[in-house]
Amino acid sequence: MPERIIKDGAIVEDNWQVVRELEGDLPSGNIIVPAQRWLDEKDALQARGNVAVWLASDQSPKILGDAINDFALIAVDFPAFADGRGFSYGRELREQHGFSGDLRAIGNFMRDQLAYLSRCGFNSFALQNSDLEAALQSLQNFSVHYQVSIDNPQPLFRARQG
Amino acid sequence: MYIYDQFDRQIINERVAQFRDQTQRYLAGEITDEQFLPLRLQNGLYIQRLAPMLRICIPYGTLNANQLRKLADITRKYDKGYAHFSTRQNIQLNWPKLEEVPDILADLATVEMHANQTSGNCIRNFTADQFSGVAQDEVEDARPWCEILRQWSTFHPEFAFLPRKFKIAICGSKRDRAAVAFHDIGLEIIKDSAGETAFKVFVGGGLGRTPVIGSMIHDCLPKQHVISYLDAILRVYNQLGRRDNKYKARIKILVKAMGAEAFKQKVEEEWQAIKDGPMTLTQDAVDHAFSFFQPPAYEAQDAAAAQSTLDDQRLSEARFAAWLSHNTVAHKQPGYAAVNVSLKETGVAPGDITAEQMEAVAALSEEFGFGEIRSTHEQNLVLPDVRKIDLFALWQKLDALRLASPVIGTLNDIICCPGGDYCALANAKSIPVAEAIQRRFDDLDYLYDLGEIELNISGCMNACGHHHIGHIGILGVDKKGQEFYQISLGGSQSNDAAIGKILGPSFAQDEVPEVISKLLETYVNNRTEEERFLDTYRRIGIEPFKERVYA
Repeated sequence: MPERIIKDGAIVEDNWQVVRELEGDLPSGNIIVPAQRWLDEKDALQARGNVAVWLASDQSPKILGDAINDFALIAVDFPAFADGRGFSYGRELREQHGFSGDLRAIGNFMRDQLAYLSRCGFNSFALQNSDLEAALQSLQNFSVHYQVSIDNPQPLFRARQG
Repeated sequence: MYIYDQFDRQIINERVAQFRDQTQRYLAGEITDEQFLPLRLQNGLYIQRLAPMLRICIPYGTLNANQLRKLADITRKYDKGYAHFSTRQNIQLNWPKLEEVPDILADLATVEMHANQTSGNCIRNFTADQFSGVAQDEVEDARPWCEILRQWSTFHPEFAFLPRKFKIAICGSKRDRAAVAFHDIGLEIIKDSAGETAFKVFVGGGLGRTPVIGSMIHDCLPKQHVISYLDAILRVYNQLGRRDNKYKARIKILVKAMGAEAFKQKVEEEWQAIKDGPMTLTQDAVDHAFSFFQPPAYEAQDAAAAQSTLDDQRLSEARFAAWLSHNTVAHKQPGYAAVNVSLKETGVAPGDITAEQMEAVAALSEEFGFGEIRSTHEQNLVLPDVRKIDLFALWQKLDALRLASPVIGTLNDIICCPGGDYCALANAKSIPVAEAIQRRFDDLDYLYDLGEIELNISGCMNACGHHHIGHIGILGVDKKGQEFYQISLGGSQSNDAAIGKILGPSFAQDEVPEVISKLLETYVNNRTEEERFLDTYRRIGIEPFKERVYA
């Protein structure tokens, strides 16, 4: 069943299915498996294809090593919205590993975090229990930013001088 | 002072709109209490014992007269006509209504003020020496650096959901008046061997349940890298700080667990990846920040004449003489002084100020200065640029306003949290304890004879009243439902940073003044001529104090 998510600033149907289990049968179609499972079953999963990974909040992107840019999609799980580790993982994936695929937030983050997540490099959001149309507005909370971020490569102090 | 440009205004207005929308959705039941919590906290709004509390940011303790007038206005319009200065240089409203907070924030925005990040697990207001820009022992003005970093930390997208709150202080003078060793990050401005500005970086200091003195992890950070280096520290903390136990979530616990050297290595690794990127400060950006903090238009003064006038006034009015020696501070500029406006009048909660007093201080800052006011972490205000020839006239006006209590730096200049009278976290009341001590030691000659003593009171181990670093610290504790008070000795917030040692079993509230009296007696009986309380304590140790109190 396709699911409605926010991606690149719009609401879209999406076919990626999140697998939470570390073992057992896998569904057909596009799947996002735990990073640990991918590390454990790398060869079989690579042979299967249509596989993406999700990072738990205590898993740095570094555990994926050189494989990062082989994925079309990497998801970061937020077990609770107050757990902000994933914000750092997003920036690290984009800035330090040059990841250019779909970077997705999954789990218990909330609408009011979309603007910050987006600035940390997330472009898709599997937002639960939310009015997605209304949530799109939260992406637009701020039009000016002080800091460097994925969507703002120059900090304001440089832009001011420019 | 820093003045907003169109970008700053845009950002703050968008923030007000965002929180207005969030509040409406909360009141409509579309956001849960749990989800609203971090949103309201990062806009300064607590839910307290009796009512919400709104903590308004005073960036690094700098205010202008219009801002102070607006604050007075807000306390009348939305609150009960008074407010409270906190130990982090901010100001708190005790009785706002939740649904009116967006309006308060909109009013604040009209004078370039806000309540951003004054609470919550994010980077809080930067604190600095209240005498920045005027102190005689200044290496470099800390305010431009605070402003550069205020902008870096405001709505930083990566660091809004940290394991715990994060406090940063910057000190630009030789004597540390910003307590840099007791912050998550402390920056001390220094000059490198080529005379260029650099920073000593301390990390992992703090008070609370586990008081720790910060560790130095960089002894000379070149100024252009300050943003990327702080970004690296925060990134390490955000990823590795504990999230399983809020009492072990501050960066001090991580630094202790890893060891300062290993933590430093980790920061270095992160830093190398971002070091020479766009976060590197340009000289233009530094100059731009400094352009807002140029010395005001001081007039040339006949310093000798001013001094002789002061000497005459001092001789003719003993109360003025006492105020002059305790509440004024030497100034860089000849013929000028910085003046402490005491918020420690006995019978008033330390740090409290009425709307009328705020308006009067705003007017005085214009009459006797350049319209600037500072707030201090000792919960007083400062008029930074007063001509010495005007001191007598200023004193008369402050005295009439009950803002001239001549006790700055003495036992009665008590640092005190709001305690159990207001705060939902407190174990015990703190304001009545402060008042009882001030009443007991109301003889100024005795106070002055005791010399410099810092007495700090916290109503619980969260330590908002900084009890760990008072020469004498008082901590409210709960003993089987009763409010008791634990005393500690020997703390220091200055360059000789130290954490106080607990004297022994705690006391009932009405016993506290007598205990303090015995401690002071012990000091007086043992001191040498030159010794402050802290010096005597350090020389003779805690035993003689213990013996006297528990005899």
